[in-house]
Amino acid sequence: MKCTFGTSFPAPENLPAGAAGGIQQSSTGGSFAGLAAAVYAKRDDLKVSIENVSVDRRGFLGTAFAAGAWVLGANILSGNADAAASWQPSVYLGFEPNGTVVITAHRSEMGTGSRTSLPLVVAEELDVDWTKVRVEQAIGDKRYGSQNTDGSCSVRDFVDAMHQAGATARFMLERAAAQKWNVPAGEVTLTNGVVLHAASKRRATLGELVSVAATLPVPKREELRFKPPSEYRYIGKQVAIVDQHKIVTGAAIFGQDMRRPGMLYASIERPPVYDSRLRSSDDSETLKVKGVRQTVQIPGFKQPHMFQQTGGVAVLADSTWAAMQGRKKLKLDWELNPEHVSYSSPAYKQEIFGSVHKPGKVVRNRGNFDGAFAGVSRKLEADYYAPMLAHAPMEPPAAVAEYKDGKVEVWAPVQDPQSVQQTVGAALGVKPEDVTCNVTLLGGGFGRKSKPDFVAEAALLSKATGKPVKVVFSREDDIRNDFYHAVAAMHMKGGIDAAGKLDSLLFRSAFPPIASTFQAGAEYGLDLETGMGLNEVLFDVPHMRSENGPAKNHVRIGWLRAVCHNFHAFALHSFMDELAQLNGTNYVDFFLKSLGPDRHVDLTKDGTKAWNNDKSVDEFPLDTGRLRHVLEECAARSGYAKYTNGKGRGIGIAAHRSFLSYIATAVEVHVDAKGGVTIPNVWTVADIGKVVMPDRVRAQFEGAAVFGTSLAMMGEITAEAGRIVQSNFHNYPVARMKESPRKIDVKIVDSKERHAGAGEPGVPVMAPAIAAAIFAATGKRVRELPIKRTKLV
Amino acid sequence: MAYTLKVNGQSKTVDVPADTPLLWVLREALDLQGTKFGCGAAQCGACTVHLNGVAIRSCVTPVVSANGKAVTTIEGLSPDGTHPCQIAWQDVDVPQCGYCQAGQIMSAAALLAKKPKPTDKDIDEALNGNLCRCGTYVRIRAAVHKAAELAAAGKPAGSPSGARLGGRE
Ligand code: FES
Ligand code: FES
Repeated sequence: MKCTFGTSFPAPENLPAGAAGGIQQSSTGGSFAGLAAAVYAKRDDLKVSIENVSVDRRGFLGTAFAAGAWVLGANILSGNADAAASWQPSVYLGFEPNGTVVITAHRSEMGTGSRTSLPLVVAEELDVDWTKVRVEQAIGDKRYGSQNTDGSCSVRDFVDAMHQAGATARFMLERAAAQKWNVPAGEVTLTNGVVLHAASKRRATLGELVSVAATLPVPKREELRFKPPSEYRYIGKQVAIVDQHKIVTGAAIFGQDMRRPGMLYASIERPPVYDSRLRSSDDSETLKVKGVRQTVQIPGFKQPHMFQQTGGVAVLADSTWAAMQGRKKLKLDWELNPEHVSYSSPAYKQEIFGSVHKPGKVVRNRGNFDGAFAGVSRKLEADYYAPMLAHAPMEPPAAVAEYKDGKVEVWAPVQDPQSVQQTVGAALGVKPEDVTCNVTLLGGGFGRKSKPDFVAEAALLSKATGKPVKVVFSREDDIRNDFYHAVAAMHMKGGIDAAGKLDSLLFRSAFPPIASTFQAGAEYGLDLETGMGLNEVLFDVPHMRSENGPAKNHVRIGWLRAVCHNFHAFALHSFMDELAQLNGTNYVDFFLKSLGPDRHVDLTKDGTKAWNNDKSVDEFPLDTGRLRHVLEECAARSGYAKYTNGKGRGIGIAAHRSFLSYIATAVEVHVDAKGGVTIPNVWTVADIGKVVMPDRVRAQFEGAAVFGTSLAMMGEITAEAGRIVQSNFHNYPVARMKESPRKIDVKIVDSKERHAGAGEPGVPVMAPAIAAAIFAATGKRVRELPIKRTKLV
Repeated sequence: MAYTLKVNGQSKTVDVPADTPLLWVLREALDLQGTKFGCGAAQCGACTVHLNGVAIRSCVTPVVSANGKAVTTIEGLSPDGTHPCQIAWQDVDVPQCGYCQAGQIMSAAALLAKKPKPTDKDIDEALNGNLCRCGTYVRIRAAVHKAAELAAAGKPAGSPSGARLGGRE
């Protein structure tokens, strides 16, 4: 199964290959299928295979299932024929002899709710009491297929497997009862955890049927019946996340909370400048600090750095506090990398604007931009800028590792436990299979915890000390040792035709690419980076060229919630707002006119292809009708057209497709006499296809409005002399309660389209909508983020 | 140096350096990990506990200044997780990742103890020091109002109220 990021990078040998599965069924079903099809809705888009998982194949599941359990595995099939022989279930569904239903969660929980929503779908189709289902977090293992929790894809990529797993188990339990009672299978039903033969009034619990069900052949997909949505008890309903009670009572276990007996706590001083080495160190004062046991030098990475540790000196102690105190007393001498020690943000800004003021690499070309732009009378040029950002998840990274006899077990809050196996395996020189990665809850991830450098550190330290070791990042460590969201410069040119429609558009962007994390010195974006908002532009503009200019990295670059969409959407939609003003209309009218008729946009006509989150455009077309709809509905809900702008009050709006979803957001701002900005209202209309847990989807969009406020209003990471200037929330602020939108109205479009993404697409619309609202309120155009840098009055 | 604290009603003695923040004493010496580390600098509120009933940031409170005093952590806020805030937080489905929420609840509980019927403004003032990177502020505000109602009505009734599924112990 492909997920957004992991499989799209240039693949160095030691990164995991995309997971895939084997086609295990082909023939059509028996007579039951006809009956089922008549009664139950059919799911015809499934490519899933289900198998019984015999006891000898359960080793890596650990203690998830009690002895004697019957376990089914559901495997999602990819089109990868080479891998067809391997069978990699993404979900394991177990029935213990006492009737307890156990469902594995193979994705990481960082606040989106996927640890609840995916098992919930299994329970729905199975038709059991959800509150009695036990959810077990899966360890990292490639037999699960992709566990890479990013790209807003957990539900999108795995929901079908969950439906089929539940329906399969239900079928087998009903068959088991029919066999036991010697009645026709079609007369037995499983409802709310009880199997019933109505005619004879016989009933059985799941526990009574497990031993028989386990001996039955797994039915073919065509034999299954799926619940029609009208019978759903959990999908689409208000359901609490499984960890909610633990969270509010302080019992939930995050990575920072993991402990092992005899464990040492580590605090690490890392190189202050990218790709630098330790020359010498003096730890004599450190070792005098009470509680400090020893120090250990950690080797730096080799390029490409990928997710390797950065190197430095670790102070190991009996407590986190002692380790932190000891670390302050280290005397270290660094050999700073001459290529990166001169990195300074103001100079770099000039450099990347230099890049976008020259022709770049063309990533999309339609018509003749230069000719058309020269020929129109109403036109505009503008430059936009967005700074580096740090993820700053509320829980700073942390990991516990225990190394013994060539094997290592780790416990960590990670978005991709299989990349932990690869990274830690490479760091220690052991096979990935000899790395057991237990996934804790994540206190936020946003992309930071996709990169397990901190787990490699813990593993190296455990091997060096012979003890379990916990690496604790302080907030300063987190802000200064991130894989940063790239700084970006954008240069736009646009012309309007006589009819008041966008006629020509040049969209140029330069940013140090994520590519540099996987290929040393790479200066151009990967397809996924240019795909995110630079070439996937949906307007019906006859003359358009997108270009990507080169930019060199001087820090580690990573992906942060919504990635390149954040700066590309800021530039594109701010520019559309400016063009609308030039046109004498508003954003909504100009946007809709420029969007053209409802259609599926085909980028192959423009010499490129939609990256489309690695999904085919047949499955997920670039649908202008859905974009139009969300914008119209958002404009209506917010009263955009009738709002009285001016005198410090304004409304702005933006509509953008990202992560296969269609989002429009309107923002109302108040700007006071001192230039202080407050946000009384946000309205979001989201078409993300079908939805499993509407409340968690709403929560994602509420959260995205706040996350987007942070990056629009105040977020900025800068470098001076190669060093990151910011260190904690006092100089890298994120939105507090008073600065956040006070009311957030989220409307989820009722859709029958495929499940798309929910976690990220609410973010990119925020910055352009806020900037447009500020213009409406004050007449001040803001072309640079964060907005707090611009004096508004 | 040995210090004695009354933590969640129980007397505890710890032997740590005087400057050790209460946060690390709770988390590592006393195994009360519900109180979270977020910044270590009184910037985020994740480490909020009550010291003699007042909400404080335990990450910048040296253990010596808590000596002999009563400390309440999220684990001790109620014997069974039924403080009005804990009920209301579940009713409103506040948590996303959940990491900040113990601190949010401790700040809210201290506010309600002082002001049983807080206004939006009171809530903003009392909770502005508690960051939530997941962005749950709108629901936090709603949950504080709800907790005030529950408390006024003489609830909590033991489990989350209302028509919702899947709350678990
Ligand atoms: S950890 Fe104490 S305020 Fe952030
Ligand atoms: S719920 Fe994640 S930081 Fe608040």
